[in-house]
Amino acid sequence: MRTLLLKRLVQGPLTEPAPAPDAAALAELGAQVDRAARRRLGRSLSIREVDAGSCNGCELEIHALNNIVYDLERFGLRFVASPRHADVLLVTGPVTRNMREALERTYAATPDPKWVVAVGDCARDGGIFAPSPACVGGVSRVVPVDLHIAGCPPTPLALLSGLLALLEDASKNR
Amino acid sequence: MIVHRSDWEQAAARLQAGEASLVALWGEPGSAHMALLDQNEIHTLSIACDGGRYPSVGRLHPPAIRLERAMRDLHGLEPDGLPDTRQWLHHDEPYRFLPAEGESLHQIPVGPVHAGIIEPGHFRFTANGETVVRLEERLGYVHKGTEQLMAGAPLERAARLAGRVSGDSTVAYALAFAHAVEAASGVEPPPRAVWLRALMAELERLANHCGDIGAVCNDAAFVVLHAQFGWLREQVLRTAARCFGHRLMMDCVVPGGVRADLAAEGQHALRVLAALVRSRFPELVEVYDNTESLKDRTVGTGILTPALAAQFAAGGYVGRASGRAFDARRTPGYAPYGELEFDVPVVQAGDVNARVWIRVREVGQSVALIEQLLAALPTGSIYAEARPSAGEGLALVEGFRGDIFAWVRMRSDGHVERCHLRDPSWFQWPLLEAAIEGNIVADFPLCNKSFNCSYSGHDL
Repeated sequence: MRTLLLKRLVQGPLTEPAPAPDAAALAELGAQVDRAARRRLGRSLSIREVDAGSCNGCELEIHALNNIVYDLERFGLRFVASPRHADVLLVTGPVTRNMREALERTYAATPDPKWVVAVGDCARDGGIFAPSPACVGGVSRVVPVDLHIAGCPPTPLALLSGLLALLEDASKNR
Repeated sequence: MIVHRSDWEQAAARLQAGEASLVALWGEPGSAHMALLDQNEIHTLSIACDGGRYPSVGRLHPPAIRLERAMRDLHGLEPDGLPDTRQWLHHDEPYRFLPAEGESLHQIPVGPVHAGIIEPGHFRFTANGETVVRLEERLGYVHKGTEQLMAGAPLERAARLAGRVSGDSTVAYALAFAHAVEAASGVEPPPRAVWLRALMAELERLANHCGDIGAVCNDAAFVVLHAQFGWLREQVLRTAARCFGHRLMMDCVVPGGVRADLAAEGQHALRVLAALVRSRFPELVEVYDNTESLKDRTVGTGILTPALAAQFAAGGYVGRASGRAFDARRTPGYAPYGELEFDVPVVQAGDVNARVWIRVREVGQSVALIEQLLAALPTGSIYAEARPSAGEGLALVEGFRGDIFAWVRMRSDGHVERCHLRDPSWFQWPLLEAAIEGNIVADFPLCNKSFNCSYSGHDL
């Protein structure tokens, strides 16, 4: 154990430099995010992840944001355990009929001001599951969405640039 | 084989007596199907459901109960004598949880939205102080109607759907689906494709096992190992992206072969990865093994008895940590594993620690398999066009979590008429309820992570 820790100390951090904020995401956000809200939140956002019907692919990559390579928390972004602590809902999946109410209730439990980020191609419009009667469709069918991050699933870098755009947007008009 | 009521009932009785294992049980409007593992061979039985009814298998063999509840929801098939007639995948009716009676009991409802970044499901704990007296799971929240979408789908779309049943097992699902389609239409994928598929499957196993071992350590608040195993997982995914163009290798395996060939540069990247895992992994495992505070949490926690693992025919590390030596790569077996050397580790203890150790041993096996596959990778094409032809096929493929069953019926125009994909979690979720009994609530995340059942794969 000590050897392992010592080796890692000498070796230096495994965390990689940040990507640039996503330009397309910045444009999408600019139109939607309220200025007062930006002022209040500054450069720190708490994120609550909600799987509303995903195949788990998006969750795996969102998980990766927390690993030491991407280290999301260095940007002031962190995942929290309850919607009541959250500023941002990160929602995945074609919203299933069986998750619709849970998503609505999670949204209602999140204090204002809040953002919703729809992650993955299914969250945009239901993706490959869109025709299914068991699915409601994209996240915006159920709760208002501020930002979409595309991909099946989006890579951790794509997720990171999207979230950095959100942060940039939240702080630039203080 | 289409059978009469009496043969169907006899099969259920054999399952009850432990003479055969249930591999799958599924339906379509008007008929029900069952796949059994008997003397290391898979047999299928089909029964016509007159008036939508058939004799319940779950009445005699409890592992079938949830499958029959799902068949009721999806196809309106009524199993005569089914002991539990609550909805399962459909959530249209109010749900009655099973009662637990006694002094000083309280209930803890958890989910469907959990505290971590995980899939949705509901857990209803009944506890006496810290001790769990009963856990009841309610699933179906991520039911997406995959089987209905499969019916009538063109082959390419069906393959994409199969790869999205459970994202962590996308290679294994795509492979199971491809095997079933190839069996139905008599297509032989080229040898190079077969070997590349195995490479992808072992990479997927490696990535998931690294992630899981780290996550179990994290749930015991041992963050250093979580960080280190997470870093290893990231290296596997990056190598996969470099070799095959997608971190999770989604849509890389298709009926007829594979979509992405492995260039010389990719082969080199895989050799580097294998060497990296060989050098880094053992020191991390040594830390796990020598940290008493960590072992204190995992040893003796969440014990699954070998008898239950055998009754439910639990696959993967859940079964192999509780004495069930089953691996679909061996039994019934599929190419190219017959030409490769690997062990199937089995232990008897059945606790969280045992499930961690099975994964640890399997990481070693997967690395060795990747090296063997690279050393003898055949040359040639990677895809054989499937001629559209009507027929049925089935397959059993070993995903990282356990055996995935696939059955498909093709139409003569090359579209899928019906398809059923059975996740290993169907036979593992019920066992988690048994394994947690008598443990403290705080150990549930550990037990749950050590099982790591799929929600999406189960909910279809």
